Amino acid sequence: MEILKTYKLYIGGQFPRTESGRTYPVLAADGSHVANACLASRKDVRNAVQAARKAQGSWAGKSAFNRSQIAYRIAEILETRKVQFITELLEMGLEKQSAEKEVQMSIDRCVYYAGWADKYQALISSVNPVASSHFNFSSPEAMGVVGIVACQQTALLGLISQILPIIIGGNTVVVIANTQQPLCAISFAEVLATSDVPGGVVNILTGEVGELLPTLAGHMDVNALSLAPISTELSIAAQEAAVDNLKRVRIYTEPLYVKSAQGLTYISDFQEIKTTWHPIEQIAGGAGGY
Amino acid sequence: MSNSTWNLEPSLESVAQVQIKPQYELFIDGKWQAPLSATYFATVNPADEKQLSQIAQANAADVDLAVKAARAAHANVWSQLSGAERGKYLFRIARLMQEKARELAVLETLDGGKPIRESRDIDIPLACNHFFYYAGWADKLQEAFPGQQMEALGVAGQITPWNFPLLMLAWKIAPALACGNTVVLKPAETTSLTALKFAEICQEAGLPAGVVNIVTGFGDTGAALVAHPNVDKIAFTGSTAVGKQIQKACIGTPKKVTLELGGKSANIILEDAPIDQAVEGIINSIFFNQGHVCCAGSRLFVQESIAEQVLAKLKFRLQSIYVGNPLDKNTDIGAINSKKQLETIEKYLAIGLAEGAEMYQPECTLPSQGFYCKPTLFTDVAQSARIAQEEIFGPVLTIQTFRTMEEVVQKANNSPYGLAAGVWTANGARIFGLSNQLQAGVVWANTYNKFDPTSPFGGYKESGFGREGGRHGLSAYLKFSN
Repeated sequence: MEILKTYKLYIGGQFPRTESGRTYPVLAADGSHVANACLASRKDVRNAVQAARKAQGSWAGKSAFNRSQIAYRIAEILETRKVQFITELLEMGLEKQSAEKEVQMSIDRCVYYAGWADKYQALISSVNPVASSHFNFSSPEAMGVVGIVACQQTALLGLISQILPIIIGGNTVVVIANTQQPLCAISFAEVLATSDVPGGVVNILTGEVGELLPTLAGHMDVNALSLAPISTELSIAAQEAAVDNLKRVRIYTEPLYVKSAQGLTYISDFQEIKTTWHPIEQIAGGAGGY
Repeated sequence: MSNSTWNLEPSLESVAQVQIKPQYELFIDGKWQAPLSATYFATVNPADEKQLSQIAQANAADVDLAVKAARAAHANVWSQLSGAERGKYLFRIARLMQEKARELAVLETLDGGKPIRESRDIDIPLACNHFFYYAGWADKLQEAFPGQQMEALGVAGQITPWNFPLLMLAWKIAPALACGNTVVLKPAETTSLTALKFAEICQEAGLPAGVVNIVTGFGDTGAALVAHPNVDKIAFTGSTAVGKQIQKACIGTPKKVTLELGGKSANIILEDAPIDQAVEGIINSIFFNQGHVCCAGSRLFVQESIAEQVLAKLKFRLQSIYVGNPLDKNTDIGAINSKKQLETIEKYLAIGLAEGAEMYQPECTLPSQGFYCKPTLFTDVAQSARIAQEEIFGPVLTIQTFRTMEEVVQKANNSPYGLAAGVWTANGARIFGLSNQLQAGVVWANTYNKFDPTSPFGGYKESGFGREGGRHGLSAYLKFSN
């Protein structure tokens, strides 16, 4: 007899059930019952934010090279689990070719962002030639904790397209997965848990966007939001809640599961720019300047 | 103005260069237009409470005219010009501003109350330089963002504060025009005069009609600009409370928003800092421009081992601070910008005392007319005290102590704001260690309140988002498509 898998949440590197004890059925394309997913609660959101905050400082403090290696490790583990993800996508109704393509693109995207981790800084920083005798430079810094509403059209690729550029920039995330197709997201959490990604860097919740997003968007310890296309009502309510602590909100209107949905701007969208001034001593009559 | 330590003869700047019209209209479509509102308000010199001029008060219909003019100018003229041609206009404006620098400086001081030394040496030169700097970007946008497609947003609605009127105008208008936008600017109601003088400069420069429009008025004028459906961009500098209202009002619209808001910035003095330099730095961080500075170092953190020494030197230094006529070249602290702001500051002085903090002000006599406030230190301040948490926007410093780096990082970051921070130490490694940890858009090491057109400025957290200045400042005025 087949052993059925229990899908749980991913918070702080652990796989807890929702504190609410609720689940909802995940249906295959043909309407058959595939599994039960956790119907996460607002309390789960708060727990996830706490875990993300706790992990953020040390994650941002790791060397960029180290974050690069960890992102590459995600790709390696994803590769070894290819068959599992393809199977899950087939259950969700994808054609075999599309499922294989989505998994391959997901792996490629992890590799792509692994390469970015120690390079975007050089491209969005500047040394500023101020008129006074100061060394003045501007460099990017992670925004902090980012709330994500994942792409609701795809189960895996959209999710990865949002998570990777944000975490390689030193942020930690709380993700609301694709409600109808949450299995890949939790399987991806298993990948993360075994790829040297510290617990709390990525936290994944399954459930209703409408129930979870208001809490995430209004949470005062969340610094930014990444919103995949969702209903206008939900989006506007989230933006309004985000004003309380002036979260940076990025609303993606373009599909996130296409080949072109990657690039430097997906990283810089979640970076602050810090400018530092440092005096230059004038030695031997030389006027300091850079 | 009398002072116990020093007796300096007054050295007043001449106002002969300055021409102020008795009444100003709105500057719309390159012309001076009487407001449809048919309403005018008085602008006064905060140093003596005398009226300087009458200024048109734009209503929603006036704002609509200005937006229409800006839209037409964008479609028909400004978007048709090459970047190089746009740049030439900006260079010309910069040069004209330089030629009129003294007049602009005196006008800024008369209208806003800031010491002539500051408007002459800081505000006006920086404003001119800002135009000169962004003029050179106008034909290099593609190089600024390699591999990206971009275009101007269209019409930018810009709302500026009263603390650095012309400088904030320059921060807003120069990058907007360089990127190919046209603008409607609403200056703060207490300090409209340099913006209106700037309109004259635009005319003199031959800037095409409608590229720059100035609509004077109060908060409702700004609100009309924010609400206007044909505005593509809102850039606001001002309070966090108003910034949040603006952000809310723009939700669900295609308007791009940048906000440069309030602050409660930490200025941190470590025990190995050069003490005398640090004391001067503290003076500059909080008393520059009467403390009307969004990035003012209004929370001082001194390491415990040197706290007594620093406080003693600070109190001694305050004895020689000159508070008085802003036109006097000796003056360090001029007039508080408005009666309303003076009341706000005095409210916070009372709150500080009620919260149990100890207040220190030097002995000095304030002018009998006008709005003035003595430089003020508060010690014994709790981290949770309102005077340590809320932006006062005046010459009021709270002083707290700390022992370890961890403690001061935690205290400094314990604020909803994140605009700036100062670090004073002789230890270079520690400077970068601390600046890494401080949640602030600008960190000044062994200096404070330095600004430059090439240097991006803007906040973290509730101090707003977006950057002004430098290459980063361009992106606030461009629409990108991959």
